[in-house]
Amino acid sequence: MSAILPLSLRDVSFTAGGRTIIDRVSFELAAGPRTVILGANGAGKSVLMRLMHGLLTPSQGSISWQGENPGRRQAMVFQRPVMLRRSALANVVYALKLAGTRDAGKIAIAALADVGLSQIAHRPARVLSGGEQQRLALARAWALKPEVLFLDEPTANLDPSATREIEAAIQKVHAGGTKVVMTTHNLGQARRLGDEVLFIHQGRLAERSPVERFFKQPGSAEAEAFIKGELPWV
Amino acid sequence: MGEIARSFAGAASLIFSGDATLASIVLLSLKVSLSAVVLATLLGLPLGAAIAVGRFPGRRAVIVLLNSLMGLPPVVVGLVVYLLLSRAGPLGEFGLLFTPPAMVMAQTVLILPIIAALCRQAVEDAWIEYQEQLRSLGAQGMRAAATLLWDIRFSLLTAILAGLGRASAEVGAVMIVGGNIDGVTRVMTTAIALETSKGDLPLALSLGIVLITLVLILNAAAYWVKEAAQKRYG
Repeated sequence: MSAILPLSLRDVSFTAGGRTIIDRVSFELAAGPRTVILGANGAGKSVLMRLMHGLLTPSQGSISWQGENPGRRQAMVFQRPVMLRRSALANVVYALKLAGTRDAGKIAIAALADVGLSQIAHRPARVLSGGEQQRLALARAWALKPEVLFLDEPTANLDPSATREIEAAIQKVHAGGTKVVMTTHNLGQARRLGDEVLFIHQGRLAERSPVERFFKQPGSAEAEAFIKGELPWV
Repeated sequence: MGEIARSFAGAASLIFSGDATLASIVLLSLKVSLSAVVLATLLGLPLGAAIAVGRFPGRRAVIVLLNSLMGLPPVVVGLVVYLLLSRAGPLGEFGLLFTPPAMVMAQTVLILPIIAALCRQAVEDAWIEYQEQLRSLGAQGMRAAATLLWDIRFSLLTAILAGLGRASAEVGAVMIVGGNIDGVTRVMTTAIALETSKGDLPLALSLGIVLITLVLILNAAAYWVKEAAQKRYG
């Protein structure tokens, strides 16, 4: 099976209700480095991720994957993942069966073990804590063995301990060879989990640089203001 | 006052003595109404879910029509089914008129829009919450509709109960297509109407008490199941 990366965005714009949310964004994502999409609240990070994942269609421009049938080979974890009213294990099995995977049960058990949820595999997913649900969402997406995993603010609603667990799980996903693309407005998390930063400001790609350089020498005034905490909301 | 007291005393005696006539009327009522509910549920839930999830021309008109049909007058339904089943009608050859199956058919027609319309609303509300997640996992169309139906199964009990309430309480449709034949098609509501007009108030009252008690028990059971399920599954 050929790889679906790189992913190319060419002059992608997205408008809704007469408002331009994403404005002529172009870039290419290659396999390997962890990409963090950074920006203030309302900058357009989540919309950009939904466009890449295929949940939204660009108003203008194009988004193209390299290989065939990319829909099956990229997955997404939402900021507030929706759990089905069934057990944690059944949630993962459901996703695997939809993807036509054989041995869904075995793979699901292994995926839950990978994120440390074996003990609660048979508990109803909706009564799990926020952190557990987010790890379950990660297991459900990761079990599909995606080539690219999109994570939309995966720790935005979690306490520090749950955040650490999620970050450890994301590191595992990366170590397993999956391309991680993540949105966050958390600078510390961007440093910890990112190899490169795409900085989005008012729907535009303001800057793209390796994470070290982004924090040491931001290339745009907006990025500098954001790092200094002067740009909390756009 | 004495007449009312005597009627209640007579009704209590009929209920507690296990009167055979009373029992056969109650049993037939339950058979007819529960059969109609099962049929209307089997047809109404997929129909409601398909309208909720599907996008097709004229969808809004279909929703308005379905909602309007919730208020179908039972006598009109009875009349239409009567015409269908009468000797000259398209289904006349089956000889179903004035039989319990004809009553089941009429009640099914009566409550199908109720179950379908309430299900459509419930599934559509759930779809707002689940849509992105299910699309991300690759579930669309009928697959998504089936997933939603299963996930909100306990909420759908309310729609089914509304249908049961309507079926067990209506008198016009079953009177027309059943004919209220003693021992054959006489159910609780038609018997109450007849016995009241004849002046046999104890029998009418005992049937009324049984009818209300049954509806109460079923609603209480459904409420308990829904509460317990929500506690367990979240």
